[in-house]
Amino acid sequence: MLTEMIADGRQAEHRPWARAVVDVEAWTFACHQLAQGHWTLSALWAEPDCVHMALFEAEASAFGIMSLRTDNGRYPSVGARHAPAIRLERAIQDLHGVVAEGLPDARPWLDHGRWGVRAPLGDAQAPKAEAPYRFLPVEGHGVHQIPVGPVHAGIIEPGHFRFSASGETVVRLEERLGYVHKGIEGLLIGAPLDRAAKLAGRASGDSTVAYATAFAQAVEAACDVRVPARAAYARAIMLEMERVANHLGDIGAICNDASFSLMQAHCAVLRERVLRATEKTFGHRLMMDCVVPGGIVRDLERSGVKCLKRLLVDIRRRFPALIRLYEETTSLQDRTVMTGILKPELAQRFGAGGYVGRASGRAFDARKAFPQAPYDLLNVEPRTRERGDVDSRVWIRMREVEDSLALIARMLDLLPEGNIRAPLEFRDGEGSALVEGFRGDIFAWVRMNGDGTLARAHLRDPSWFQWPLLEAAIEGNIVADFPLCNKSFNCSYAGHDL
Amino acid sequence: MRRLMLGSLLSPPLTERAPRVSDEALAELAERVHETARRKLGRSLSIRQVDAGSCNGCELEIHALNNAFYDLERFGFHFVASPRHADVLLVTGPVTKNMREALERTYAATPDPKWVVAVGDCARNGGLFAEAYGVVGAVSTVVPVDLHVKGCPPSPRDLLAGLLALMKRRLPRSVRG
Repeated sequence: MLTEMIADGRQAEHRPWARAVVDVEAWTFACHQLAQGHWTLSALWAEPDCVHMALFEAEASAFGIMSLRTDNGRYPSVGARHAPAIRLERAIQDLHGVVAEGLPDARPWLDHGRWGVRAPLGDAQAPKAEAPYRFLPVEGHGVHQIPVGPVHAGIIEPGHFRFSASGETVVRLEERLGYVHKGIEGLLIGAPLDRAAKLAGRASGDSTVAYATAFAQAVEAACDVRVPARAAYARAIMLEMERVANHLGDIGAICNDASFSLMQAHCAVLRERVLRATEKTFGHRLMMDCVVPGGIVRDLERSGVKCLKRLLVDIRRRFPALIRLYEETTSLQDRTVMTGILKPELAQRFGAGGYVGRASGRAFDARKAFPQAPYDLLNVEPRTRERGDVDSRVWIRMREVEDSLALIARMLDLLPEGNIRAPLEFRDGEGSALVEGFRGDIFAWVRMNGDGTLARAHLRDPSWFQWPLLEAAIEGNIVADFPLCNKSFNCSYAGHDL
Repeated sequence: MRRLMLGSLLSPPLTERAPRVSDEALAELAERVHETARRKLGRSLSIRQVDAGSCNGCELEIHALNNAFYDLERFGFHFVASPRHADVLLVTGPVTKNMREALERTYAATPDPKWVVAVGDCARNGGLFAEAYGVVGAVSTVVPVDLHVKGCPPSPRDLLAGLLALMKRRLPRSVRG
């Protein structure tokens, strides 16, 4: 259905999926399909004169992009029918000045009234005096508010959480984000490719490989270039290393937020070993700037392969004891089991990616749904759980660490010889990509100019569809369990705020 | 759990003191930080980390300072939850316009004497983000900075070296405003 709908529109020069400019009728139909749960919203972004919507139809494994010309800077709101679009449309309003007609919540989102400019990616008007931001009202006997942030107690990113609590119980959590909005999409406009790749790799530092890969794949799609097999393998190895490092960090940090620091201490040691191995093998602890459009920058030496193999042996020897430790510590389970439950219906409706979605039964993984080489040969099976609590999100991570270690081992064995970088031939065109980072699927879209610079780009973090669900998951839990729930989601502030 | 803890008790510590040749530098640095911190601060320095706009890469490496290999706390450095308990603000990121006020208020809430360490290339000069409409720029344009630690992100080693350099300063920054 999705494929046919898009085939009916005016086709754009876009790869690997189709993008078409559609009419209001088709746009409204898409909103209806989203609201009915037949399709999933993957991304929603804008240009000054049009809006784009990336859609996924699970049943047909179809993916495509619908675009709609705005009418006098207005278009029919998707969020009016489909709640997951609301924050995206608020952001579009802030950045482009494009108005979603019928948007149920039109408060600013990323714009805190401090940029000195309105609609910076649109017609960049002078700012006008804004009314102070109004949090949603909460009424009831004895309900009190607890404002937290933007500066938090731990070593984490900034954001504001407004808790309304009745005694110890959270009645409502309202998030306010946008504090680390830098304006990366603005910087990408007209940027030369090497600078753009670096910027994409810094959208969210913990997912630098995933972002750099998504960006690179989008550029390669636009230029219709295939990367050499060796580079594709090296990228996938880096992606899995990034997943292992982050999952290890998260498992430890979640347990630490339940005051079980022993787990944190052991996981942090394993994480450090992973980072030391990546530094030796790829030249950077977080593997920043290692992936570039066309391939990778540094070949995997034989010594690097050995180093990674040693690491795999080491983690596989030590990790099972940590899983047992988690399993057998009842005081820890007491905190994680049945805490912060995210209902499967909500995860499905929001198209929540990564461990957040999979712990609530949504079996989506970009490595399986739209596998790029070498994942097409590796048959990644997404791990799922149904309960959707903190415990499930920990378990998904533990299983994914094991799976990633197995994947890395296989890729090291299969690693083909050859070049690591393909030359790019530039032309006007568009491309997009969906890459499974540790947190979930990252969507990247680029429009290239013939001279190798970027005309426009969009990067959508998985957190866009996870942050709103944290508000739902915390409801009815005690305030003291918030850090635990929050860490089990571990949404990105930087990737979301961009 | 018992077996794990017993294992940890019986095996040699991971914390790097005088390890392999390639890690000599870190061990030497660790020793120097240790001595200076003790002399100047009597074994205690409280650090408050403030992300003023980073990509979270710097945060990951600051976190790593607490793992068993670097074990920052052995020098008396520890991270605290409030600026009111802090001696040092460790600030990352190009300061965004949306975070400027929060950073200023965090600085104001930190009791004197205080030091500010700007961590990472973005904190030094805005890095890749310097030209963005949402960015103020270097941390030093918003609050006075005593020391910059370079890197994107700086490694835990670089961060240790930075904290040492801070200790070595003869004159602590006097009270401002």
